[in-house]
Amino acid sequence: MSHDHIPAVPVTLEGVRRRPGGGAQRRYWKSLDELAETPGFLEFLHREFPEQASSFEDAKGRREFLTLMGASLALAGLTACTKQPEETIFPYVRQPEHMVPGRPLFFATAASHDGYARGILVESNEGRPTKIEGNPDHPQSLGATDVFGQAHVLGLYDPDRSGTVRHLGQERTWGAFRAALGQALEPLGEAGGAGLRILSGRMTSPTLAAQREALRAELPEAQWVSWEPADRDNVRAGATLAFGEAVEPQYRFENADVILSLEADFVSSHPASLRLVREYAARRKVDPLKPEMNRLYVVEGSPTSTGASADHRLALKSSAIEGFARAVAAGLGIGVEGGVDHPWVAPLAKDLERAGARAIVLAGETQPPAVHAIAHAINEALGAVGTTVVYTEPADAASDGTLQDLVADMNAGRVEMLVVTGANPVYAAPADLGFAEALERVPLRIHHGLYLDETAVLCQWHLPAAHPLESWSDARAACGTVSIVQPLIAPLYGGLSIHELVAAFIEGSEPKGYEIVREHWMDVLGGGEGDDFEKAWSRALHDGVVAGTAFEEKAVSVTVGDWARAPEGGPTPGLEIAFRADHGVFDGRFANLGWLQELPRPLTKLTWDNAALMSPATAQKLGGFRTVETGAGHVTDVVELRLGGRVLKAPGWILPGHPDDSVTLHLGYGRTRAGRVGDGAGSNAYALRTSQARWFGTGLEVARTGETMLMACTQDHWTIENTANQAAADRHIVRSATLDEVAADPHVFEHMGHEPKPELSMYPPHEYPGRAWGMAIDMSACVGCNACVTACQSENNVPVVGKEQVGRGREMHWIRVDRYYQGPPESPETFHQPIVCMHCEQAPCEVVCPVAATVHSEEGLNEMVYNRCVGTRYCSNNCPYKVRRFNFFLYQDWDTPTFKMMRNPEVTVRSRGVMEKCTYCVQRISRARIDSGNEGRPIRDGEIRTACEAACPAQAIVFGDVNDPESNVSKWKASPRNYGLLEELQTRPRTTYLAAVRNPNPEIPSEASSPRHHG
Amino acid sequence: MSQVFHPAANSIARISLAVGALAAAVGLVLVLFVLPRSSYATRQHEARDQPVPFYHAHHVGSMGIECRYCHSTVDRSALAGIPPTKTCMNCHSQIWNQAPALEPVRESWRTGKSIEWVKVYDLPDFVYFDHSAHVNNGVGCSTCHGRVDQMPYIWQEPSLLMEWCLECHREPERFLRPRSEVYDITYETPPDQLELGRRLALEYDVDPQVSCSTCHR
Repeated sequence: MSHDHIPAVPVTLEGVRRRPGGGAQRRYWKSLDELAETPGFLEFLHREFPEQASSFEDAKGRREFLTLMGASLALAGLTACTKQPEETIFPYVRQPEHMVPGRPLFFATAASHDGYARGILVESNEGRPTKIEGNPDHPQSLGATDVFGQAHVLGLYDPDRSGTVRHLGQERTWGAFRAALGQALEPLGEAGGAGLRILSGRMTSPTLAAQREALRAELPEAQWVSWEPADRDNVRAGATLAFGEAVEPQYRFENADVILSLEADFVSSHPASLRLVREYAARRKVDPLKPEMNRLYVVEGSPTSTGASADHRLALKSSAIEGFARAVAAGLGIGVEGGVDHPWVAPLAKDLERAGARAIVLAGETQPPAVHAIAHAINEALGAVGTTVVYTEPADAASDGTLQDLVADMNAGRVEMLVVTGANPVYAAPADLGFAEALERVPLRIHHGLYLDETAVLCQWHLPAAHPLESWSDARAACGTVSIVQPLIAPLYGGLSIHELVAAFIEGSEPKGYEIVREHWMDVLGGGEGDDFEKAWSRALHDGVVAGTAFEEKAVSVTVGDWARAPEGGPTPGLEIAFRADHGVFDGRFANLGWLQELPRPLTKLTWDNAALMSPATAQKLGGFRTVETGAGHVTDVVELRLGGRVLKAPGWILPGHPDDSVTLHLGYGRTRAGRVGDGAGSNAYALRTSQARWFGTGLEVARTGETMLMACTQDHWTIENTANQAAADRHIVRSATLDEVAADPHVFEHMGHEPKPELSMYPPHEYPGRAWGMAIDMSACVGCNACVTACQSENNVPVVGKEQVGRGREMHWIRVDRYYQGPPESPETFHQPIVCMHCEQAPCEVVCPVAATVHSEEGLNEMVYNRCVGTRYCSNNCPYKVRRFNFFLYQDWDTPTFKMMRNPEVTVRSRGVMEKCTYCVQRISRARIDSGNEGRPIRDGEIRTACEAACPAQAIVFGDVNDPESNVSKWKASPRNYGLLEELQTRPRTTYLAAVRNPNPEIPSEASSPRHHG
Repeated sequence: MSQVFHPAANSIARISLAVGALAAAVGLVLVLFVLPRSSYATRQHEARDQPVPFYHAHHVGSMGIECRYCHSTVDRSALAGIPPTKTCMNCHSQIWNQAPALEPVRESWRTGKSIEWVKVYDLPDFVYFDHSAHVNNGVGCSTCHGRVDQMPYIWQEPSLLMEWCLECHREPERFLRPRSEVYDITYETPPDQLELGRRLALEYDVDPQVSCSTCHR
């Protein structure tokens, strides 16, 4: 590895502490390396790419490179004389109705990665689905998407998907499978299906539920177990404890003035996260002239995006949160025992009481059922039910027993045939169950899935599944609303949907998915084959929702039970481990999707790996733990985690704000049969996870192993020069204030920066008489969910570069979300700042380009002309915002046929040696300009939505014409919160930011855990 | 030892140097400026072999079929649209339905496989041209495609070099015609074109940008 020659200067806590992170003025910092000013950090700071990025380290030597270079230059000169190759056109034989070649069509369907539907619109270019947008008519997506929704298209086109039926590894046909199934079902049928078990993921599909009933009618003894590795069992169990039935709480954040989250990460892991973020963020877009906003308290055992956007965040070990919750409940006069007092409890309870019905307490699925019951009891006591929370039935069908029951049956030989569909238990089942061993005892094992994964190779039969974008189905959102899932393309790899598979068990017939789903809805919507049904069916397909399917509210009341009594045994001292679903690969099912692997995680900014995350103090206890930043990545110590006799090695990582004596490990890594992208990345947290310790477990032992590992972390990449340690150099990149400060002086943010003096410019001002595009980003609303990054990647054909290249600072994302900390490393305040190209009116990049490959448009866009670029990289060297990305190698996959289908045809696919950067989605601007011109009207405000803006669940990004005073973007920019980055450089950025406002409770004690009043 | 070089050798050398330099300069100009503009490089006016000997001259010129009968999406989409086999069969299931030359059309109709036409107006992949933006703003078909009604096999009329695009984007008044005349293949530029063009540019709100991102993105 090439990092050996880097001076190994690690981050030490002493080094961090020596440099004052606090002081009279707020200082914002991105990493401990920045606080300690390590050489690795300075290299990323002062160079547009680290030294290693510019060096040529191929297997071929430098001389050979020069030889090849000379030869290829000569050849390139000659090829310039050749003619363009001849191309052919394939017109339709019969052109489909509504199809206009060159114009995309949008179809409404639903995406669900955990069973719960999120409404999406899929852009289809000549029959190829290329981009996912949110469906504004869907109550749980409201037009937004998350990272998983965006990556749906990559999942569809993944060349590693399984494409053939296999029996014992040999390729077979569907016919052969049906014959074998028929034979096997015969004895089973006689026994009423007693030996048949089906294991699937969470099931919210009404059609599938009906099929399950039909299966039950035919084979009454068969059992269907639904199971998710990232389960919500605690939510169900908690509701059952409190109400006696498993109701689903539906939160209404638009009415919530005070929110207390007990480890509920509603930003990234809640079935209704898109809607919750929208409602939450809407109340944080503060108008400084009328200062008013909600307040969020988060108590959590592992830093999340939710905690990062909180006004008060308390880092408590997951196991200690129950005691805190009990204390809050007791503080509100609810008869709950076992509270562990904390200085926050009294003021927090007071704040909740003050807000009354306009307060809400949420418990996360990672917390035990009792905490959920306590949250329900508090909400009822506050009178919040009906205002900020209502209860409905749950969207998912109940399972026939648990995974544990299934494994017990398998071990006891009661299972003759196991069908695993849409699940990967061999990889993800709790380690104590020994699923793989139990599986060996089942005589006939059938796997149905997208990949030939860990479970598939242990089953005799493997059946390729059709992707949700290839099949007919339906799914419920958390609120009950049903969406019909319609295919955008015929199965690329010959797969069948789950409905078609189940049909084979019921009738042995071969109905198509379309018939199954349609017939089910014919029964439900009524009207037979008549016009009424056709109308309702077409309407449901068009809108993406079936009208009137949302659940009715249920009246329930809390019954105080055993859960209110103090739990036996106090909090366990010592180290504990916390497991969380990963922000990118989730529970591991997205491990082969490069977009999600390479997505910098919201807080750690790690890519391609998970890590044992711990607080600075916990790391210090390990004795000599260190992470060294080099120009080729971070070299970090590998630690050994021991839990209940199980051992796992994982790279250690210090995460500011992590509770002490706790280690977080994200699920979804360490896969062995994910595919070419995901295999071998990270450490398998499931190896430690047991059915008792699903989300956290005590009794962890951690030790350094002496080994090190190279990690690709982007937190110091593209750092705008503004180091936390140099008061003189503070350029106020991040601006934040409390609501009280804003109330006292609405213009507080303007006083923070240096006023630009336009008359000082050496360049004559440029007039923009027509349209002038601009963008504003609200840092108060941004929750750092990364949906914009993936949306941009999908829209603009941004390549994936791989871990080694990311380590060298060569990631290609056009939009990055800079995460800044403020305050001490133990409990910092966190800010997210999405950085796109600023489209400077006086752009420093343009004046240094020797070939005029980056120039300005009449409408103020800073354009990048790929076919002119010769790759000098002078522009990126001169960009103070560091938004330019260079194709050091041929990062695009130009050969895989499915990837050719996936790309946006409206955007050039860049080759190596070319600079690229955010274009404000110029293809969408062109589309709107041409369409409005054809219709003889001006471009409407909001007609052009950039990919990042469209995806954002918080609506934190707005784009439009800054010359139009009535446009949304102009209104945002008129806010006293508006400021430009590095405006004193006279670049006149068109992208500006609205400063962050936080709403801390002045009664919360100022020392220790409070992020705000540290110094 | 006698003289190796004749006294005139100096002059010859000087003349050859001058001639050589001149030839190099001329060659460079040829290679850099003339060759790329030559029809050899641009393939201007070069009819291509097509799978079916489709005569525009016959269909447009003699039969008087309008452009949009086949290129039906020209006013709605970036692509004018190559007609589906169905469009051919509208007529050729009735007339010339046994002609051997039309066998590829009938085969396509039978098998459902596309007729593989050779692209004549082939822009580089980094150029994004939109037909609808042009025809809706008074740029006639024949302005770029020439007298298709007189072409047996279709050929590329203009050079398609960027300088050719910019000719019009910089001075659209030289080329604009009334919207009603856009599809008239026989339209002739009136003597008062500049005046007409300026009036139409105002009326149609024609704003042909010359920013790079207008066509490259």
